[in-house]
Amino acid sequence: MTMKPTTRGFLFLAFVLAVLPLALPNGYYYDLAIRMAINASIAVGLNLLIGYTGQISLGHAGFFGIGAYASAILTSRYGLPSGLALIIGAVATAVLAFAVARPILKLKGHYLAMATLGLGIILSMVIINETELTGGPDGMPVDAFSLFGMQIVGEQAWYVVVALILLLVTRAALNLIDAPAGRALQAIHGAEIAARVAGVDTTSFKVRVFVLSAVVASVMGSITAHYVGFLTPGVAGFFHSIELVTMVVLGGMASVFGSILGAVVLTLLPQLLSAFEGWETVVFGLILMLTMIFLPRGILPTLRLKFAGRAA
Amino acid sequence: MLSELLQFLFSGLTVGAMYALAAVGFSLIYSASGVINFAQGEFIMLGGMSAALLVQAGVPLPMAIALAVLVAAAAGLIVEKLAIEPAGNSEVVTLVIITIGASLTLRGLAEVFLGKGNHALPAFSGEDPLVIFGATLMPQSLWVMGVTIVVVLALALFFGRTALGKAVLATSCNKLAAQLVGINTRFILLLAFGLSAALGAVGGILVAPMTYTSYDVGIMMGLKGFVAATLGGLGSGVGAIVGGLLLGIVEAMTAGYISSAYKDAMPFVLILLILFFLPQGLFGKKTTDRV
Amino acid sequence: MNKRTFIQFTLAAAACAALGTAAAADPIRIGAVLSVTGPAAYLGDPELKTLQMYVETLNKSGGVLGRPLELVHYDDGSESGKANGFAKRLIENDKVDLIIGGTTSGATMAIAPLVERAQVPFISLAGAVVIVEPTKKWMFKTPHTDRMAAERVFDDMKKAGLTKIALLSENSGFGQSGRKEAQAVAAKYGITLVADETYGPKDTDMTAQLTKIKGVPGVQAVFVFGLGQGPAVVTKNFAQLGIKLPLYQSHGVASDEYIRLAGAAAEGVRLPSPALPVAAKLPATDPQKKVVSDYAKLFAERWKAEPSTFGGYAYDGLMLAADAMGRAGSTDKAKVRDALEATTNFVATSGAFNMSASDHMGLSLSAFRMLEIRNGDWTLLN
Repeated sequence: MTMKPTTRGFLFLAFVLAVLPLALPNGYYYDLAIRMAINASIAVGLNLLIGYTGQISLGHAGFFGIGAYASAILTSRYGLPSGLALIIGAVATAVLAFAVARPILKLKGHYLAMATLGLGIILSMVIINETELTGGPDGMPVDAFSLFGMQIVGEQAWYVVVALILLLVTRAALNLIDAPAGRALQAIHGAEIAARVAGVDTTSFKVRVFVLSAVVASVMGSITAHYVGFLTPGVAGFFHSIELVTMVVLGGMASVFGSILGAVVLTLLPQLLSAFEGWETVVFGLILMLTMIFLPRGILPTLRLKFAGRAA
Repeated sequence: MLSELLQFLFSGLTVGAMYALAAVGFSLIYSASGVINFAQGEFIMLGGMSAALLVQAGVPLPMAIALAVLVAAAAGLIVEKLAIEPAGNSEVVTLVIITIGASLTLRGLAEVFLGKGNHALPAFSGEDPLVIFGATLMPQSLWVMGVTIVVVLALALFFGRTALGKAVLATSCNKLAAQLVGINTRFILLLAFGLSAALGAVGGILVAPMTYTSYDVGIMMGLKGFVAATLGGLGSGVGAIVGGLLLGIVEAMTAGYISSAYKDAMPFVLILLILFFLPQGLFGKKTTDRV
Repeated sequence: MNKRTFIQFTLAAAACAALGTAAAADPIRIGAVLSVTGPAAYLGDPELKTLQMYVETLNKSGGVLGRPLELVHYDDGSESGKANGFAKRLIENDKVDLIIGGTTSGATMAIAPLVERAQVPFISLAGAVVIVEPTKKWMFKTPHTDRMAAERVFDDMKKAGLTKIALLSENSGFGQSGRKEAQAVAAKYGITLVADETYGPKDTDMTAQLTKIKGVPGVQAVFVFGLGQGPAVVTKNFAQLGIKLPLYQSHGVASDEYIRLAGAAAEGVRLPSPALPVAAKLPATDPQKKVVSDYAKLFAERWKAEPSTFGGYAYDGLMLAADAMGRAGSTDKAKVRDALEATTNFVATSGAFNMSASDHMGLSLSAFRMLEIRNGDWTLLN
């Protein structure tokens, strides 16, 4: 029985996540793995938007921020249970994303980018200025995540949680792409007008994907808040949004596993670059440029083409 | 009351003229290539920083300004040649990431070689403010606004009257057609980057006496320039100027009459509203896509 | 065994023991997480330079407890999330003995839960009061708190009979912390805050905010809380608008760069500051004179740059750590922590530190000097 390549990839991912702990010697490496998994989940969600529907979002960190601060404020200031706070954050994000999706998605190209950028910055500014609620620029602490009386504390417990979430998100994304909805998505990216002519309700799809990717970001924001235990407004900022987009583009747009790879690379890079005292920014910029020049489709798709070419 | 309103207006126009010059650079490159150049802010920074450091080293001001503009223009040419050209016909998102990489590289190099401190340029015509109906205006502001007007006129002449200018417009309309009529589109793109970088540098130099300059001024200036360019309609020179001035005035009025805390958010609220009703920005051309 | 062999054996054993100790002089690892790049680079860069310089200096004179110091440092890029990650790396992977850092209060508070859980002594270089109030077992800090800055300024204003003050703060962590503290202690000095405006760290023009402030009836003075070029722009705008009120700044601009940038407009500006900018003007009897003068001279020589009060905080942190380790007689984390808490009258660039179980900051209000800018230079007020 031959497996579909995506199923093979999914099983490979599950295998890697399962055996990775054997190679992690201490809490620091677990921490890295957890951050990679969190970023990967967000990247997969964002990729559905950027890679498959061709819509760009320069304000996704804003949604991350909503989830993060909702969890932080509702649990630490109002004593709500963590699970409930997370859900409230996700619902709030969904509502906001739905409300702005239709007007924003009518825009094209750079105007769309501008609108998402604006949204992200407005969210970021609200978080910075509402000091009473959010602790302002110096941030606020977040209680640990508790579920049914048990607290999730420590790197190993969190690793299991985020690894499971990543598998869930990846499975959902792969299913979406293979299903008729997914083909509709790809049609939209390819030639939207043709898709509309063929009867695909492009706007409805775009809205749904926008909301979905926003909710994923929000949930991961909540998770990050509880895991790190401390939040600052930077998590909703412009730079974080750019980082997320870079993960998707670097790893390979329209490639679920590419996004995961992009997240891994971009999370790892600052750690490796710390050896380049003072030159981190320059080296990072050069790596970005060189990668996009020589691997314009992103790392995974370009490599896939190369190997496919050889096999053929 | 009037003097307060006037003061806010002057503040808005001064800052707005800065944004306008930044926006023109964005629009120019977008016109010629469809690329949003996130490194535009760094060209502005290079202009101001180079001029400031040259003056500190003893070079007379006019010479320092000329050299600084050349340095920035050179940086623009290098970025186009080494980063944009090799990318060929990649997708727009790819090109955007490349320009982000270029911006990081330029900023990082400035951080390492030019230091992390703040620097000032001497004001061109002194520091005594002019008083107009109870509101004050710095002479440097007049320089900024005056040069912006000259730049706008010069660009209008360039695009409307010279063959080279028309070639740039042709390239932006349809690259293939332009090539077919014999226009060297590679050179046009190089020119666009060099010119945008030079314009950005001029902006950075003009405002440095008032706002100081450091290795990271590019981030904010670049962002605001992008916002102003989009507000006015990408690809439109007039739009860039109007967008910049509007952005500056909205910020100043928000700070003055509503809340200084949200003055940075208000322009974006405005932009979202404008874009919802005018999807091409204020002056953008209505585009038709070939299917 | 006869007597001679016994003596030879003893001598040989002693020699081995001595050589053994020298060979086993493994380094004391000092970890540092600083914001060397990003918006807080203005503070983090001199902090790193100071740590590097003085680790070298200490090692040249034999190190601490006969062991060399090794500095393991990371740059958090002014992002607290990264600070948290790098602190984890220092504790779990690099196994450092002590951490100095957290350039910003945000970074410090992001590191706090880690050092408390791992029980590693941590000396913060940030200013917020919340770092040491309530006192956390493993966290110490060297800079004056933002509350002390506000108190010092309000005290001076009270002496001058100024009661209606306008506040203009930067919307960064530093500025907002200062704003919060100013609001908290104003009443104690009989001060009412009649205006509360903010500006962004990279803003280029504050005339709008200042015009609003100018228009407030009865305003008597303006207090600006910010860092870097923002306060210099404010100062220039102040002069442009012809505002004749007294202008007070925070310790964020206690540097020659501020005077250079603001130029003639800075005349008459007052601010609280550690002794560093006025090292040359301190009387010979001042207990801090030698320490700050030496630091200023060494920093300028080595890095060809102006000494910075933020670098001074790092000096204080490192020297406190070295002193505590010496008194503890070991690098055992609990012992070093206890020794830090017992620090008495340790003179450094920010002042004389006197720590206790209830005070992990150690500086008194008088360690903050009041300065005024006259003729383009610093003047020490009494």
